[in-house]
Amino acid sequence: MELLEIKNLSKVYGKNKALSHVDLNIPKGVIYGLLGPNGAGKTTLIRIINQIIEADSGTVEFKGERLNPKHISYIGYLPEERGLYKKMKVWDQLIYFARLKGLSGTKAVEKVRFWLDKLDISTWKDKRIDDLSKGMAQKVQFISTIIHEPELLILDEPFSGFDPMNAEIIKNEILELKEKGITIMLSTHRMESVELLCDHVAMINKSKKILDGKLVEIKQTFRPNQYKVKLISNGCRLPEELNFTENGNLLEFNLKLNGSTTNACLENLMQYGEVVGFSETLPSIEEIFIQQVKANTNG
Amino acid sequence: MGKVWLVIKREYLSRVQKKSFLLATLLTPLIFPAIMGIFLWIALDESESSALRIIEVVDENNMFFIESSDQYAFSYSNNEIEEGKELVKSGERYGFLYIPEIDLTSPKGIVFYGDKNPSMSFVSYLESSLKRRIEEQRLFESGIDPEVISAYRTPVNIQAITLDNSGQEKVTDATVNYAIGFLTGILIYIFIFVYGNQIMHGVIEEKSSRIVEILVSSLKPFQLMMGKIIGIGAVGLTQFLIWIVLISAVSFVVVGYFGMQMPHQQAMELSSPEMISAMNSTNPDILGILEVLQGIDFIKLALTFVFYFLGGYLLYGAFFAAIGAAVDAPSEAQQFMLPITIPLLIAYMGLFVFVLNDPNSNVSFWLSIVPFTSPIAMMGRASYGIPLFDLALSMSLLILGFLFSTWVAGKIYRIGILVHGSKVNYRTLWKWIKTE
Repeated sequence: MELLEIKNLSKVYGKNKALSHVDLNIPKGVIYGLLGPNGAGKTTLIRIINQIIEADSGTVEFKGERLNPKHISYIGYLPEERGLYKKMKVWDQLIYFARLKGLSGTKAVEKVRFWLDKLDISTWKDKRIDDLSKGMAQKVQFISTIIHEPELLILDEPFSGFDPMNAEIIKNEILELKEKGITIMLSTHRMESVELLCDHVAMINKSKKILDGKLVEIKQTFRPNQYKVKLISNGCRLPEELNFTENGNLLEFNLKLNGSTTNACLENLMQYGEVVGFSETLPSIEEIFIQQVKANTNG
Repeated sequence: MGKVWLVIKREYLSRVQKKSFLLATLLTPLIFPAIMGIFLWIALDESESSALRIIEVVDENNMFFIESSDQYAFSYSNNEIEEGKELVKSGERYGFLYIPEIDLTSPKGIVFYGDKNPSMSFVSYLESSLKRRIEEQRLFESGIDPEVISAYRTPVNIQAITLDNSGQEKVTDATVNYAIGFLTGILIYIFIFVYGNQIMHGVIEEKSSRIVEILVSSLKPFQLMMGKIIGIGAVGLTQFLIWIVLISAVSFVVVGYFGMQMPHQQAMELSSPEMISAMNSTNPDILGILEVLQGIDFIKLALTFVFYFLGGYLLYGAFFAAIGAAVDAPSEAQQFMLPITIPLLIAYMGLFVFVLNDPNSNVSFWLSIVPFTSPIAMMGRASYGIPLFDLALSMSLLILGFLFSTWVAGKIYRIGILVHGSKVNYRTLWKWIKTE
């Protein structure tokens, strides 16, 4: 059973379509990347899952049940635009958010203490957000998102605003949460983080889902049948159109199959020397994304 | 409901624990007495320190005599006008009053010259002195002895007593009732604006700092809005409670202090068991006020006050929240303030122009029934005693009005808090209200 099943979801604002007939299945325990340019409908989708707004049509099921207010305590949400009460102390703030998510008083205290220790920020607990650096405030915000141990964690651009070191800490926390079986939905337009973290991705453009599936499978589907070749030349000149780089007698170049098979290509290459490297170049998710968006816009 | 309670608690504590709250709460009750005290002190100081002002009087009729006071002395002469003016210019005289030969039936041409504009009170003092003298003269000329007239001048006080159905009699006094209506009405007016603005700024803070996105993923926008309104209302009630305690304490101390300052003998008299009877004989006015105060049902008045105080606050508080949700910054809020300001101003003006003057007129009735004006207008009627029917009608309408305003505001609020950067006008608000 999927953790989250989204069927035929649509939402219209006035004349603008924010989502049209979107289907998504998010399996339990994965990191699910939600990709799309700004204004594609990602935030609308996330807000619907968070029950902040209602869809015009379509359904969302959480663990096989129609989404309802009870599910609030199973979902954690880190919005893209971060916000905390500036005049409130770190401790009070975290307790407040924990209680709002349905934790009891004692449980909230216990959890806040645990996370402050874990992220090494216990010493700031009596500081006001005003007095913290941006990175520190981000950590507090992150804690407020996961304080109630949600089963589904929705992170909207989680790395924006973090310096590389803190981003690494947060990345490790995300992976650790995944180990614990928590499902994570990651909305971003930063593709490199998707490559590193996500198991599944869905691409949304102009209110429509244009692609979804396992990251590996998508990459397979969109592989351009291109190979990176390293060859020690025996003196025969390679055709110039291969555009190779020369380093002594080591030649490197990219080879497109163009309908032929790898074996046939290899056989052909052997005439020119000894093949020391032959590996497939897979497209980056960014390339696939750009290609898909273009194809979609033109089509 | 538990979540609303959490919001109420946060709103309440985050405000009450501020130093500025403590400061405002402790200082405000002292501000008015302090200002009064300063004025009084300046006035006393002036009257003590200023030298006697001498006024030259030239009276062509040889009949007027104005009594000198601590501040003003009048010197009579037969100088020419120019000589009199010269005295003022040279600074020898504070002023110069010239009374030409006049026709007693229509006195004209009386002039006062001074190097400064004379005060209103001084001019009216001169006028009444001259008027009295003219009246006496005319009575005398028609053969009536002014002494006789003044002997017949008798002070009359009407004691107003209201009878209720059971035949119980209550002494009332328009002045006391006026003062009570005036004070409570203004308190509610100020309270709505001060705390309504706090609601609005709180909402704008949450919206512009985007906390609201996290909040509404945990509880419904309506719960959030109600929590805020109730929490801030509780802050206001706390403040008033403290004020009441403070003011009572301060008055107690002040009365005690001045009691100590009284001449010994007087203090002895006051502390004697015959105090009441002494007051009865010497100062019927004070006793009258006491009797009136006894006639007012303070518990009923207090309950009415608290009801309209809260009702008005809740009704308008919801609108303030909606405005906060519709804008991105406090400076943009101004354009939506009119629908709040206008009915409140009508209520405020209505209180003074109609309700306090005639609490039972038609206009007063409607002002105190319509929910948008009733919280302020009804207070003008409250101390006079309100017919049960009027009170019940007004109160139920206020509750309905509050439910309606919260419903409308909630619709604007839930959409507004998530809309950033787009221009919002009344048409947009109307669209939000209609959105299901």
